[in-house]
Amino acid sequence: MSTLTDPPNEGFRLSMLINDTRYRSLTFQVIAAIVLALCIWYLGNNLIQNLRAAGLNISYTFLGDPAGYDINQRLVEYDSQSSHAKAALVGLLNTLLVAVLACITATVFGVVAGVLRLSNNWLVSKLMAVYVEIFRNIPVLIWIIIIFTIMTAVLPGPREFRGDNATASMVFDSFAFTNRGIYVPMPWFENGIFASTSMNWLLVLAGFAGSWLAAHQINVWANTKQESTGVRPKTTALILAAWLVPFLALMLIMGLTWEYPELKGFNFSGGIKVGGPLIALWFALSIYTGAFIAENVRAGIQAVSKGQTEAASALGLRPRRVMNLVVLPQALRVIIPPLISNFLNITKNSSLAIAVGYADITATLGGITLNQTGRAIECVLLLMLFYLTASLTISMVMNVYNASVKLKER
Amino acid sequence: MSDTHAHSIAFVRDTEIPPSPPPAGETGAVKWLRENLFSNAVNSALTIASLLVIYILLSKTLPWLLNGVWTTSSLAECREVLQGKTGACFSVLTERWNQLLYGFKYPSDQYWRPNLALVLLLFAIAPVLFFDLPRKLLAFTAVYPFLAFWLIWGGTILAPIVALVGFAAGAFVFQTYGKSSFAVGFFGAIAAAFAVWIIGGILIPEGASDNAMLQAVPSRDLGGFMLNLMLGVTCVSLSLPLGIALALGRQSDMPLIKWMCVVFIEFVRGVPLITLLFVASVMLAYFFPPESTVDLFLRVVIMITMFSAAYIAEVIRGGLAALPKGQYEAADSLGLDYPQAMRLIILPQALKISIPGIVNVAVGLFKDTTLVSVISMFDLVGMIRGPILASTEWNGVYWELLGFAALLFFVVCYGISQYSQWLERRLATDHR
Amino acid sequence: MKKSVILGAMTFAGLAAGAASAGTLDDVKARGKLNCGVTTGLVGFAAPNANGEWEGFDVAVCRAVAAAVLGDSNAVEFVPTTGKTRFTALASGEIDLLARNTTWTFSRDVDLKFEFVGVNYYDGQGFMVPKELGVSSAKELDGATVCIQTGTTTELNLADFFRSNNISYEPVPIETNAEAQQQYLAGACDVYTTDASGLAATRATFDDPSSHVILPEIISKEPLGPLVRHGDNEWGDVARWTLNALIAAEELGVTSANLSEMSAGTENPEINRLLGTEGTLGEMLGLSADWAKNAIASQGNYGEIFAKNIGEDTPVGLARGLNAQWTEGGLLYAPPLR
Repeated sequence: MSTLTDPPNEGFRLSMLINDTRYRSLTFQVIAAIVLALCIWYLGNNLIQNLRAAGLNISYTFLGDPAGYDINQRLVEYDSQSSHAKAALVGLLNTLLVAVLACITATVFGVVAGVLRLSNNWLVSKLMAVYVEIFRNIPVLIWIIIIFTIMTAVLPGPREFRGDNATASMVFDSFAFTNRGIYVPMPWFENGIFASTSMNWLLVLAGFAGSWLAAHQINVWANTKQESTGVRPKTTALILAAWLVPFLALMLIMGLTWEYPELKGFNFSGGIKVGGPLIALWFALSIYTGAFIAENVRAGIQAVSKGQTEAASALGLRPRRVMNLVVLPQALRVIIPPLISNFLNITKNSSLAIAVGYADITATLGGITLNQTGRAIECVLLLMLFYLTASLTISMVMNVYNASVKLKER
Repeated sequence: MSDTHAHSIAFVRDTEIPPSPPPAGETGAVKWLRENLFSNAVNSALTIASLLVIYILLSKTLPWLLNGVWTTSSLAECREVLQGKTGACFSVLTERWNQLLYGFKYPSDQYWRPNLALVLLLFAIAPVLFFDLPRKLLAFTAVYPFLAFWLIWGGTILAPIVALVGFAAGAFVFQTYGKSSFAVGFFGAIAAAFAVWIIGGILIPEGASDNAMLQAVPSRDLGGFMLNLMLGVTCVSLSLPLGIALALGRQSDMPLIKWMCVVFIEFVRGVPLITLLFVASVMLAYFFPPESTVDLFLRVVIMITMFSAAYIAEVIRGGLAALPKGQYEAADSLGLDYPQAMRLIILPQALKISIPGIVNVAVGLFKDTTLVSVISMFDLVGMIRGPILASTEWNGVYWELLGFAALLFFVVCYGISQYSQWLERRLATDHR
Repeated sequence: MKKSVILGAMTFAGLAAGAASAGTLDDVKARGKLNCGVTTGLVGFAAPNANGEWEGFDVAVCRAVAAAVLGDSNAVEFVPTTGKTRFTALASGEIDLLARNTTWTFSRDVDLKFEFVGVNYYDGQGFMVPKELGVSSAKELDGATVCIQTGTTTELNLADFFRSNNISYEPVPIETNAEAQQQYLAGACDVYTTDASGLAATRATFDDPSSHVILPEIISKEPLGPLVRHGDNEWGDVARWTLNALIAAEELGVTSANLSEMSAGTENPEINRLLGTEGTLGEMLGLSADWAKNAIASQGNYGEIFAKNIGEDTPVGLARGLNAQWTEGGLLYAPPLR
């Protein structure tokens, strides 16, 4: 047995490094390692020499210094005396905010357009085809600029709401659409249980969680009942109550009131403001990526073979159930992998925010901070690190989900 | 029987009734309308909504388009001509036509050079795109990059010739020695090419570019849509071989090489192109030797090539994974070594499967070349956002310029995607 | 062979410009061209015209330095830079001189290792508002939305100003002047802020400039000047004294019109030293004797450059103000040329 596996005992020759399969892969890897090390050494050496020549050094201490600039949209406490690191955090949250919002709406746009493109209605399907082709074939940067320009030009400025013969007016006296952003009424609590507003909202969220749990329990109870007796008890009213009663009770106890935006001084104040740059970027990213998702959805639905639909109909399922139980679950498997990469694209494309003045991380850390401190290498490295982490996290989460819906093959 | 019948019944028709036309609702346009637009209530509502959308869009844009002014020399004059009516000021396009297409620095008496390069590009790319053309045309494709380089940048013709000779020497060495041992041929080819380049680089006299046949144009002077096209074509063609290498590396069973490829691909795919462009514009300069500066164009080409290579590698990896395992085993059982198996069996099939994906990456990349405007290069979008909108004459002309840019990109990208669909149908060899 | 292989390959491809780093002055002379960093487009300061030639106030500084060093004011390669890329471009040697309305600040001088060679324009950050808002002072801007053109020290000054006056505002940072202006004109911001000279340049391009006012407050000191890399003093001297020569020429009454007459020799020894007919100033700098003459001949003296690009007769229409000669109450004061 050993004679079979043992190599023939002849002396080691240099040519065996290339010609003998036992050594060849090792040889190549050693060469690759040497080349890689040489490259790194070469680049690193250049970097050190260049920095020394310019009298610079790599240091991240600037992150602790006061940033000195203001940011118009901040999800956490921030003012011009906060540090550069805090400014980067504000930008980071803004990036995540616009990315999440755009992912949701892009999916909605994409699914609607994709389904409508398969519609029997000739006009609608052609219109959707035009939408998909136009948006897919023009760079997203141009779309972002165009949509921002449209928004600025079409919506009225706050100035036009002023005066007796104002040319613009608020919708229902509570929503204001201006080219600086959209102002909507803000709910708040007159006598909240906790002192801080965010705690009160957490309480409401907890209430919803409780409602969801209750609704779930009701469903479980109804299912067991149905299985034992064959009759499903009517649960609609119960579930509705489970959702509404705690919510309404909380709202009543805490005294929900609305704060309406009103024109004060230069701007509308009060209410919630959704900034113009955010809307423009959000909309541009969603409608652009929506066109790609529409194509994926269409391909996914078309990928389900017609036999599946026919078989389901033959079993006596109604069209809606055919869609829900047979076609969609199979289409999803085709749709989800490209959907993941579309979500990743949205996150990455949100870095174009600088074109519209939205304060995402590219605009704060990679823009004003870089500009003010001149720390180009440090800022760009941090920026790449963030996007890399975000992308890897998204693709990891989505891959886990993808694996769970994958066809289980043996 | 028939007789009696004839008598008992007053009239019997003995010829067929001529076919009457179908009811008005079941024919021609009406039928089409009913089936395609108004088949049920929901559909009718959708139709009406769509018509409304189309009407609104057209009523806003048509007067603007049709009233366009083409001949004035500034926005103020345009406004005067229009006298408050809706209308586009297309004069900016006619007046800045050259700047939009070639950037503001390319010498205007040399425009024929990029034009010729573009026309030749069509010839060079045709045998790659359409398989029916004679394969011999590929020889021109191989020469084209050097010819185009010389046409666009000008300067001494010796530089592209030396580069070409270097590649030719490499190919020759590979042909000669690659048959017996792939590794020897491969590394020998690289060494031969570099030897030719270095010797050639020394031989080219210092001032060769000064009075060359074509005036030398520094790459900073390139701009406009030409820059987008050049970046797109250069980076896609450079990233194809790199992408194939990365894809093969990722599939390799040598752990170190596989690991290097995975890290590279995942890193590049994980960051936005714009951060890579920041690297090109603010960081890369520190990584080159202190005594040299590398052209911004070249730095951008390096970064975009890396970017698209990572995406192309993933597409090709998909193609490799889609091949049945039997193909690999068949190649092994024939006694082919790895390079042979890849070259003769695996890659031809894998690449065929990947072509639509590669075309998609190419279209995406071409669109992404507009991002170079963010790092102060004057491509089409950069020209619009920079010099043209900043000029006194055309300050405030947004729609016409952006619309023009959108139209140019749409024409090119739509063309490529139509080609891709044609190719997909063409390549569909499975008989379903 | 000094250069590495990869660099050699790139150099012969014509894409990399290798140069021995004896000193920037020698590099520029060997290259025969000056690489000068400018903005990507600000009317009056640096912008390509319809023929693609760069012109403007900052551009004139580049051309004057090129004329002084190389004797040819067209031997300049203009490198457009953004607020982000300018410092790297200079530090990495891509450009020899940065003349891109950059404010001279302590940290840029000391921490980023640059050397400002002087001030070619004394600026300050100002505000522009539409007349119809009826605002007469920046302190009335409580709650306003402010469009900022990012890229210089604007964001920091703005934050400081509003904080010290204890009023609130909402910043909208915009990358390019064209887009910021579009926002401002559409009423998406109440105020537009950047350097006062930039405001005037922007207002000059408006449809109806008279319906916008520039508020009296100037909230910062913005000495804008050309800068070079730290540590290369010979080159720094060339840039510094070229700028000073332009300023001194105006003070001494040397213009592009009387230049040839004066360079034949005058009664005034200072003019003679400047124009190279007396003394060895050019030689000390490592330049030819007529360096200053060439610099002045290219674009005229400081006053002429100012008048031609941003002065009151141009669309930008800036008054001399702080940028008048010290003899006329301004801050321009060229050290003696001797």
